[in-house]
Amino acid sequence: MSASKSILTRFSGTNATFWLGLLLVGTITLTGLLSLVWTPYDLSDMVAGRLEAPSWQHWAGSDRLGRDLFTQLMIGAQIALIVGCSAVAIGAAIGVTTGILAAFATRFLDDALAAFFDILIAFPTLLTAMLVVAASDEASLGTAILALGIGLSPIVGRITRLLTKQVLSQDYITAARVSGSSWPSIVFWHILPNILPFLGVNLALQFGLAVMAEASLSYLGLGAPPPNASWGRMLQEAQGTVYTAPWGAILPGLAIFALVIGVNLLTDGLRDRLDASRRQV
Amino acid sequence: MTQDLLSVQNLSLSTADKGLVKNLSFTIAPGERFGLIGESGSGKSLTSLAVSGLLPPSIKPSGRIILDGQEIVGAPGKQLDSLRGDAVATVFQEPLTALDPLMPLGKQIALPLRRRLRREGKPSGRAEVNRHMRDLIDQVRLPDPERLVRAYPHEVSGGQRQRVAIAMALACRPKLLIADEPTTALDVTTQDQIIKLLTSLVDELGIALMFISHDLAVVGQMVERVMVMRNGACVESGLAADVLTAPKDSYTQTLVDAAHRFDAALEGRS
Ligand SMILES: Nc1ncnc2c1ncn2[C@@H]1O[C@H](COP(=O)(O)OP(=O)(O)O)[C@@H](O)[C@H]1O
Ligand SMILES: [Mg+2]
Repeated sequence: MSASKSILTRFSGTNATFWLGLLLVGTITLTGLLSLVWTPYDLSDMVAGRLEAPSWQHWAGSDRLGRDLFTQLMIGAQIALIVGCSAVAIGAAIGVTTGILAAFATRFLDDALAAFFDILIAFPTLLTAMLVVAASDEASLGTAILALGIGLSPIVGRITRLLTKQVLSQDYITAARVSGSSWPSIVFWHILPNILPFLGVNLALQFGLAVMAEASLSYLGLGAPPPNASWGRMLQEAQGTVYTAPWGAILPGLAIFALVIGVNLLTDGLRDRLDASRRQV
Repeated sequence: MTQDLLSVQNLSLSTADKGLVKNLSFTIAPGERFGLIGESGSGKSLTSLAVSGLLPPSIKPSGRIILDGQEIVGAPGKQLDSLRGDAVATVFQEPLTALDPLMPLGKQIALPLRRRLRREGKPSGRAEVNRHMRDLIDQVRLPDPERLVRAYPHEVSGGQRQRVAIAMALACRPKLLIADEPTTALDVTTQDQIIKLLTSLVDELGIALMFISHDLAVVGQMVERVMVMRNGACVESGLAADVLTAPKDSYTQTLVDAAHRFDAALEGRS
């Protein structure tokens, strides 16, 4: 099959799920990027009356201190993306390394690591993250990211271990061994490329988990401190005024929902495609 | 000692609860073509894995295997790594699964090739690797190298895949090439081409060949000496011509008869 044909099938065969996911994630990503160079107001400036409803001047209304909520939502998008990407990167770095090690280890070490992953997974990611934050001196965005990354790593570790074992049992690994490849080169050339498509889908799901967990951490006051305007923190601050000024809670709630749902739809779409391309093989 | 490239002495292979290969002894001289015959499950593949030091951990060898002057049984992994590729390379039965599905074919040939060039202390830059790769592709008579090196395993035919696998094995420039039922997964015409190709290549390059098959008719036409295995033990061995025309063992006789019937059927068909 030629490259041009595979690109064609790639686009015509795509489902609505994928496009809706892309639309949601794309909009939020662009908003986050835009917030780096432009926001309607300054994040901490009190530019409006207290708890104003959405209007032409303040698209999402204002908070208790008269700060512009749309500005906070935009910055929140940026933070959610930073947290999601970095936490997944940390979780992947730890998880993929230990997962591959486990798959290669002696029977005893492998069993030990597998049990270790299972125990950690039984621990809710959020709880692990809270413990890590509690163990560190101060709550900061960096701590929250590290905590979430560590919380995600056993999930990534377990799936990496299983995928690696599957690849290791394939004939082309024996063939590479027979021709004198060392284990490190087999990991680099054969194992990583062959587990990546499946791992990628899983990591995308972890991204959604990280975004929600960060919102929860912030809501519990364990996330990034002010003036960081994460969506979770916005929810926490709107807590007391949810009856008088419901938009202050509804809008960040919707934003979290849109990002998580968007990533899941995108992932589903990607997985369908992956399955389709596997079937062709 | 003799000048044997491979010497297997009293090799037995067993799992915790049963013996799979019993007391096998044979030798292969440099450049010799040797055939290992036996029905499916008789222990041929395990024997070949033992020779390259790649037995599954659950299977324990005893006896001696001396390949290119080095003891294989009980050798540390590092030493085996350097022996594989240099002393021995293998072509497997099913070329589709023996190739990495996500790696372009050219890359799959280039990897062992570069390893060999480094080992020999030759320049191993992109240009050199590409030049040697073109030579190899020519040698295994693969058409349209431009397209081939960029194609993935599922995009070429079974025969072409097996030619790529042969090119990968030859890229190692081994002293012994093990071919484990390399034609079983292919149709009859392609089988014939692959066998002719293998025979002429090992002759041309002076590589010893250990050809494994369950099919006497296939082995008979290309090797000098054969060993017939059944249930993990050797039942008969000797010059191919002798074993094929005057088998001493009744099991070998049934294989010869089956091969005759097969030939007759082929002629009747064409
Ligand atoms: N990893 C293994 N563990 C236990 N038994 C095995 C293993 N691999 C192969 N065997 C057994 O060893 C015997 C010989 O297998 P094999 O060498 O693959 O036969 P052949 O290649 O001659 O068809 C078979 O009975 C098979 O079931
Ligand atoms: Mg076999």
